[in-house]
Amino acid sequence: MGGFGRFLIKRSINMIIVLFATLVLTIALLGPTMDKILVDAIRFYAVEEVNHQELKFPTAEERQRYIDERVSLQIRTLGLDQPWYHPTRFTNTVLKVMVLDLGKSNYLTSDTGSSNVRDIILERMPKTILLFTTSTLIVTVIGLYLGAFVASRAGSVWDRLNSTFAVFSGSFPTWWVGMLMIFAFAFTYHIFPARSTPLTDPSDPAYALDLLYHMLLPLITIVIVGFGSWAYIVRYFVVGILGEDYIAAKRAAGIPENRIIYSHALKNAAPPIVTVVALSLAGSFGGAITVEAVFDWPGMGQLYYAAIGFLDIPIIIGLTYVSTLIFIVTVFATDIIYAYFDPRVKVA
Amino acid sequence: MTAVEVISRHEIIKEFRRSKSGLGGAAILLGLILMTVYSVAAVPLESFRQWNSPNFWIDLPKSAAPEWTNVGFGEKVPEHVVLHARDAAMSTSMEGGVRTVTHSYTVNFSYDDYPSDFMLLYSARYGSTQPVLQIDVLRPDGREFRVYFASLPSSQQGDNEFSGRVFSTDRAVEESLGNHAGAFSYRQDPSRPHVMLFSDAEESRVLKGTYVIRETFYLFDANDSVQDSGVILGGKVYGIMGTDELRRDLAIGILWGAPVALFIGLTVSVAAVMIGLIYGVAAGYKGNRTDEGLMRINDIFYSLPTLPLLVILSVTVGRSIFLITGFLVIFGWVGMAKISRSLALQIKHLQYVEAAKLMGQSDFNIIFRHIIPQLLPLTFASIAIAVPGAILGEAAVSFLGLGDPAVPTWGQILHEANSAGAASRGLWWWIVPPGLMIAITGLAFVLIGNALDAIVNPRSRRM
Repeated sequence: MGGFGRFLIKRSINMIIVLFATLVLTIALLGPTMDKILVDAIRFYAVEEVNHQELKFPTAEERQRYIDERVSLQIRTLGLDQPWYHPTRFTNTVLKVMVLDLGKSNYLTSDTGSSNVRDIILERMPKTILLFTTSTLIVTVIGLYLGAFVASRAGSVWDRLNSTFAVFSGSFPTWWVGMLMIFAFAFTYHIFPARSTPLTDPSDPAYALDLLYHMLLPLITIVIVGFGSWAYIVRYFVVGILGEDYIAAKRAAGIPENRIIYSHALKNAAPPIVTVVALSLAGSFGGAITVEAVFDWPGMGQLYYAAIGFLDIPIIIGLTYVSTLIFIVTVFATDIIYAYFDPRVKVA
Repeated sequence: MTAVEVISRHEIIKEFRRSKSGLGGAAILLGLILMTVYSVAAVPLESFRQWNSPNFWIDLPKSAAPEWTNVGFGEKVPEHVVLHARDAAMSTSMEGGVRTVTHSYTVNFSYDDYPSDFMLLYSARYGSTQPVLQIDVLRPDGREFRVYFASLPSSQQGDNEFSGRVFSTDRAVEESLGNHAGAFSYRQDPSRPHVMLFSDAEESRVLKGTYVIRETFYLFDANDSVQDSGVILGGKVYGIMGTDELRRDLAIGILWGAPVALFIGLTVSVAAVMIGLIYGVAAGYKGNRTDEGLMRINDIFYSLPTLPLLVILSVTVGRSIFLITGFLVIFGWVGMAKISRSLALQIKHLQYVEAAKLMGQSDFNIIFRHIIPQLLPLTFASIAIAVPGAILGEAAVSFLGLGDPAVPTWGQILHEANSAGAASRGLWWWIVPPGLMIAITGLAFVLIGNALDAIVNPRSRRM
């Protein structure tokens, strides 16, 4: 087996270990709370049932005994009589989640009324992907050209201005800038809606257009906060490349400076930049929680925020797992692509 | 040339003095420390402890803008008025066994807007027969409105003091003012007493002039007495930073946020960087399977979703500020471990380390005596650079409503602002200062950290 094959296997095992560790940690943390909520719910429904069917009992004790029996029966069928850390139960939960069998939510439902956690997450995921992929793309394009531009004029006023802006915008919490944007463009000037959940029904054909209109304010916010640091990163890579000998050779060969910067230098700076783009995109779920909470954008982050409010544990576990999965698979993919193209990585 | 260069402390200070942005960061940091000193020395500690108890802040106006917004040529909005018995003209009379105590307050109201609300305070000592409280307002146009007429709550014991307040939102006030709706030539809404009381009778605008607010107590027992009374006219401006929806003085919240943010930022970054440093150096120096194992664990931590897990931890384990600090350390050490490992890999092949090893020094000694001291300048830069992340992390957790409820932090103020819809209601003074403080604090440490990094890290010095 070649070095690359070994590398692939090693990375795959690593990935599965990380996924497993995240799950174990999440479930260990949430297990006790989840059981308590489930038992409370079972008791609630048992009492409801007795009240609803208008069952008559000679004494209150007998009524209580009937309810208790129903509850303990339910608890046993669901396996809740074992603590969450009981090996079979724990393994069951972990394995189920790992194959994306995420169970049913406690309170929250999808727009179509399903309480299947997978359905709910799948319904929200496209919106988070739409918002964060679009904004990352815009930020990357602006960052690439601005970064290359200031790199070609390293030390100029533009360069210093860009560095200053990058440091400043990097210190601003995106969600706070979001609040300012709502104040400016929803309250002071009524250009955009304050809440980004469209009022149109999702089945309406006008929904897509409405969704895009509601997406603009969060999109602009993420771009404004993000592009400065991006340009700074690109500048860092491009300045490094412009100092290389082969660029000097190209200059000597009389290739126009613009072509050297925007074509040759950027092309060579691309691999690390692509990696950073991929990783930031894959890790955007953390940021999505706060940003979507501010704008009420109906994505996974807002779902997470709502799930905390209701303590809807199956959703919390499902989202944490799915976001880790997305992140790890991306890290894995970029590692593999990198290793495939860069012979130096393979040895390490 | 190795990546690690030995730079003396003297040299670092000398070079740091030449860095404009570094000095700027240091200046901001000094400002934050002064804020901390001021809040500890001059602001009552009670305001810190009682930050989340509404009763402590009840005498302040609701959602009032900063006072300086009132300066200028535009409309003058009402300032906050708090009057107590010592500001009142008092008179007492006896008639048929009933003692009448009157406290009258004279208020010159000449603003272009109505007060946001009003409260009328009373405090009396009485026995089994409750006194009756009557409140009238004599307006500049000569009309007199009865605002309130009711007996005070009955006392269970023989002799007790009872303090209470009549709010403008009380049902009794609305009913009482309903009798005066006819005094206006247009429709007045008695459910907004603070508007009705201060409205012109002819057209819908503020009636400027001198108002006399009279609180009359009818006491039926010789031993009964009036302890205190008071009038609070809710202003629409207050203090240098205004107040929030729960009537809290935002200036005090911002001040107390500084020590809390500095504590979290510095504790987390120092602890996380030190752990990362020792962990990484140990991995790099020991090498082989220790290195492999330690770095696998590092990979796991690197891939864990930080914010979701922080959220879960604070929901299930606890929300105290010390716990949150601990959680942030758990996720904070990963990056430093990677950097210090790669540096330790280079240092361990230097001659003096090899020599120490040949002399039979223990691994512990070599790591702590010979390798880590070499990395200390870099460590300081890393600590400074790690602070903003910690502050932003805590702010994000607090912003999601999962911060320590006993401690005022900037993130928590923003959480409350967001839940109250401050942005879409235009309450900018509730949003701008806390976020700006988070950004400025982060900025200070980024500037200091970058300046230090440029000095101690030869790779970035070349750039």
